[in-house]
Amino acid sequence: MREFGYQRASDVSGALAVLDADPDARFIGGGTNLVDLMKTGVERPSRLVDVRELPLDEIAVTRDGGLRIGATVTNSDLAAHPEVRRRYPALAQAVLAGASGQLRNMATVGGNLLQRTRCAYFTDVTKPCNKREPGTGCPAVEGEHRNHAILGASGHCVAVHPSDMGVALTAFDAVVSYETAQGPGETPLADFYLPVGDTPHRETALPPGALITGVTLPPAPVAARSRYRKVRERASYAFAIGSVAAALDVRDNVVRDVRLAFGAVASRPWRARAAERALTGGPATAEAFAAAADAELAAAEPLRDNGYKVTLIRNLVVAVLSELAEEDAR
Amino acid sequence: MASPTSSAITLTVNGDKHELTVDHRTTLLDALRERLDLTGSKKGCDQGQCGACTVLIDGRRAVSCLQLAVAAEGREITTIEGMADGEELHPVQQAFLDLDGFQCGYCTPGQICSAVGVIAEHAAGWPSAVTEDVRPEAGPPPLTPDEIRERMSGNLCRCGAYVSIAQAVARAAGAESEAVRETGEAA
Amino acid sequence: MTTTTDPAAAAVRSIGTARTRVEGRDKVTGAARYAGEIPFAELAHGWLVLSTVARGRVRSVEADPVLAMPGVLAVLHHGNAPRVESDFVGMLGVPPDPAAVVFQDDRVPHAGWPVALVVAETSEQAREAAETLVVHYDQEPHDVAFSAGHPGAYAPESAGYAEAAVEKGDLEAALAASSVVVDAEYTTPEEHHNAMEPHAAAARWDGGRLEVVDSNQGSTWVASELAQMFSLDPGAVRVRSEHVGGGFGSKGVRAHQVAAVMAATVLQRPVRVVMTRRQVFSLAGYRSPTVQRVRLGADADGRLRVLEHRSLSATSTVREFVETSAAAGRALYPADAHHTTHELVRLDVPTPTWMRAPGEAPGSFALESALDELAEKCGVDPIALRTRNEPDRGPVSGLPFGSRNLVACFEEGARRFGWADRDPRPGLRRDGRWLLGTGTAAASFHAGAGPSTAAVTAEADGTFTVRITAADIGTGARTALTLVAADTLEVAPERVRVRIGDSDFGPAMIAGGSMGTRSWAWAITIAARELRERLALDGTVPPEGVTVRSDTTEALGALSQKERHSYGAQFAEVAVDTATGEVRVRRMLGIFAAGRIVNPLTARSQLVGGMIWGISMALHEEAARDRNLGSHVGADLAGYHFAAHADVPAVEADWVDDQDPDDPIDIKGVGEVGIVGAAAAVANAVWHATGVRHRHLPIRPDRVLLAHTGAHDA
Repeated sequence: MREFGYQRASDVSGALAVLDADPDARFIGGGTNLVDLMKTGVERPSRLVDVRELPLDEIAVTRDGGLRIGATVTNSDLAAHPEVRRRYPALAQAVLAGASGQLRNMATVGGNLLQRTRCAYFTDVTKPCNKREPGTGCPAVEGEHRNHAILGASGHCVAVHPSDMGVALTAFDAVVSYETAQGPGETPLADFYLPVGDTPHRETALPPGALITGVTLPPAPVAARSRYRKVRERASYAFAIGSVAAALDVRDNVVRDVRLAFGAVASRPWRARAAERALTGGPATAEAFAAAADAELAAAEPLRDNGYKVTLIRNLVVAVLSELAEEDAR
Repeated sequence: MASPTSSAITLTVNGDKHELTVDHRTTLLDALRERLDLTGSKKGCDQGQCGACTVLIDGRRAVSCLQLAVAAEGREITTIEGMADGEELHPVQQAFLDLDGFQCGYCTPGQICSAVGVIAEHAAGWPSAVTEDVRPEAGPPPLTPDEIRERMSGNLCRCGAYVSIAQAVARAAGAESEAVRETGEAA
Repeated sequence: MTTTTDPAAAAVRSIGTARTRVEGRDKVTGAARYAGEIPFAELAHGWLVLSTVARGRVRSVEADPVLAMPGVLAVLHHGNAPRVESDFVGMLGVPPDPAAVVFQDDRVPHAGWPVALVVAETSEQAREAAETLVVHYDQEPHDVAFSAGHPGAYAPESAGYAEAAVEKGDLEAALAASSVVVDAEYTTPEEHHNAMEPHAAAARWDGGRLEVVDSNQGSTWVASELAQMFSLDPGAVRVRSEHVGGGFGSKGVRAHQVAAVMAATVLQRPVRVVMTRRQVFSLAGYRSPTVQRVRLGADADGRLRVLEHRSLSATSTVREFVETSAAAGRALYPADAHHTTHELVRLDVPTPTWMRAPGEAPGSFALESALDELAEKCGVDPIALRTRNEPDRGPVSGLPFGSRNLVACFEEGARRFGWADRDPRPGLRRDGRWLLGTGTAAASFHAGAGPSTAAVTAEADGTFTVRITAADIGTGARTALTLVAADTLEVAPERVRVRIGDSDFGPAMIAGGSMGTRSWAWAITIAARELRERLALDGTVPPEGVTVRSDTTEALGALSQKERHSYGAQFAEVAVDTATGEVRVRRMLGIFAAGRIVNPLTARSQLVGGMIWGISMALHEEAARDRNLGSHVGADLAGYHFAAHADVPAVEADWVDDQDPDDPIDIKGVGEVGIVGAAAAVANAVWHATGVRHRHLPIRPDRVLLAHTGAHDA
């Protein structure tokens, strides 16, 4: 780890000024990803600006019944918050499915969205990686890729985004707010992560030096009946090999509203809009759920060893939507 | 001496204030072990992947290997060395000892600190990934063996002492809630 | 003063009563110090630099820029490191691991080979300098791909402590005479010990003596090999290892100790070297992957005519190591044709080593899975099948058994697990989204001993001190030995202090092969008995105490030739969601016959711990290696999974009475038998739940999913 400067930000504008002056500086929140990446040499910042004490740690119900979540809210506080659990239970479940109790106590919402892939080629600086060092190649395409992307990847990078929280936020149309030295801005989470293409090192639409200040969830009555299911290679404390965030509103066995997003299948949380379109207005049956999943997964391009994810996601969609439909029927 | 890449800080550990100058690269774990001679917090992976370095920061469990020491200034840090009350072991420590909730002992301080955090998080009504219904209307989940196992999963134990660790956490959680009732203190 | 043994205490036996660990309080308060935690004045920090190429030669090490970095004291590499001796056979009967004899030449035989040590004033400086150090290589083509049918496979002449090949009886004739044949291939992956405490050592010279504070499984072992490497008088080396954060076979003589000694020698100040978790993956040994073919031939009622077990494993290009998987059946089941053989393939990988139940762990997965398949084919209950194949003498050796209570384990286990109610048909039981099934398997592990010395002292204050170079790597040995000494001395254990982990206490067996406690207890028993007899004659204890020393070499040599093993019956219930591929173990029970149980509390912990390793082996553990790059992928605890809390349900271990009247010590180890058969019990339960045989470990979600999509056995 190279030597670096450190300072605590007491206000947003001061924090922005540091990064404006020094492009090699980084914001640090909980540090659960950044410090790890600094230890492995993937990140070598010149200076850290600690934003954890900025007044961005509130969760508030918006006037229209949505939620505004500050960027420095910890994962634990997010998952424990009564309004999150009441209005967006899948979001609480997704956060609780991630990492460990210790890490959730440290990690922040802003940091969670900006965490880097856990692709083991990316985190090992002795190996080639287009995301880390553009132009060096992607050994995962031919190598160990059982947990790599089946959707939206390219030959340049097949890494997946590791966030659980982001999957639920994506399903519920979250909007990311940020500040830059030039002023504030916002981006729907759906557009926040850039397509992989031939620039896997460019990950988000965040302007250089921008600080995420919060995430806004628009009101979504459907989200009150929502669920997050995560499958991993042990029962806890592991990254997903496939996950689904789903919300379903069924009346008279007709799907009125549905939200569906997948995790661990792409370089970003994957909003399953094709599946949602296929379901909306149709019957809430296992066959319809499976057909909708197939519609979404038609675009899947599995590698040698990760084709199982197509089956896994399809089965998860059917299982989770069936459970929600059953609860709706009660 | 402080420099652009180091800082003079005060760390509050187990109620004691320690003044030291740290290289910004120094993690809280290394500051505890190498600078303050508090070697109870263990380094199993140094990457937040095992939980052996778990301490309490402002009463909440955290992995000290991913916490920069300089960023821990001003926060109350509790390590395994601060758990016992003099000769009197903390109920979690006593339960680990009595039920053989460890073998090699290397993950043990982290397991114990984590268990103290788990019991507090549960008392605060926090749900977990195995909580059937996370909605607040469902009420706080009972601390079943499955709840304990899920909540303790950030602490790996290679010897395989999990069964007695989970029993020890259950015992300590029961003992603590009884103690709270006896003294009339709020949880 | 005058001391006498306490007649009241003599009536109270300590052995067999549950005792919390004597060092337990230190471990739960954080007071117990491990190797990397002993402070030294002027301590410098060493950081190992490992090769990034899988094969080749070091062309140059660009040390100068690194030496100019803040705090950097030295860069050791093959161009400047002290020369050491490596042409000797160590106390375990093998030469030192070439990966531990660091910096002697420019050859790089695998990725992660130690090429340099950077020493600096602080660990942060050492780490940054080590990561900055540029090493140029001349790279050569490599081969790290282990597979059945590898063209380089060969039959080794020896397999360490086991015979490489035993071929008894006419295989073809016995196959032809068999009514039922099972012929299947099983594979197990590369597995790593991953003790929670990474390897750590601090070395310093103290008045002409080399002192090393280390984390190891045997300080005699480490001290004697360091003495030979550095051409020192054995008495000039002292290795201490008081608390050890797990070992499982990995904590022997490794690169960290040798590098620390070199640096302490060059710098003439104390140097500590601690491996990072990633480094542990390439420097500390591992369990080789295996491909095992098992052929069982039997009569219609399941009586075996053929037991053929052929195992292929990997070794490095610098040392031969055989994972003796095929030896698992040699003392378990008789057959007319009994063929058990090993093959090896040399790859550009680190050298494998012993890992908890070496041979038996992967071997029992294959053999006990095949037995389950045979039971299915014959329509015989799996327990009845094993009872039907119970030998009265060693199936291969012809030797009598010391004690063999495998059937008693199955009977007791079946009763407690509720086996009698089991419907043998697969795929019938469901609980919501989960299919349920149960499985069983047999376990056995050799009960041996190694020569050891001990010293027992009657102190003037009426207490006793035992000194022995034992290691407590989490086994509870320190506590067990306290109880053994107390009973032999006929005093309460509170009056006995056992000091271990110091090579100055004299040569002793390592904590390995489930032989530690048996070997050390033997030495302590001899010395303590003689001390008790001496004190009975003359109870006068001078201020310096009365000390009796023992050496078990002769007693071990006099032991009759027998098949001595511990045994066990493993039971598992699993739940499988075939829609997601998730497998969860719901409960496990192991009943063991493991000789005299010294401390039920810690023995149970060890057995349960072994069974949990079985869960990990069945469902989680697997190291991945990139064929093109030749190096590990995901060599950390997020990439290499072993069971977490949430994976481990109620796991119960217990034992049946198991005595061998001819055995003077009658203690068998409990460190390894717990894992043997455990993975097979889980895999057999997965078959019972789903009807699909999983012959390749681990049983990952993708494998379960693919098996059910393709509707074929995995």
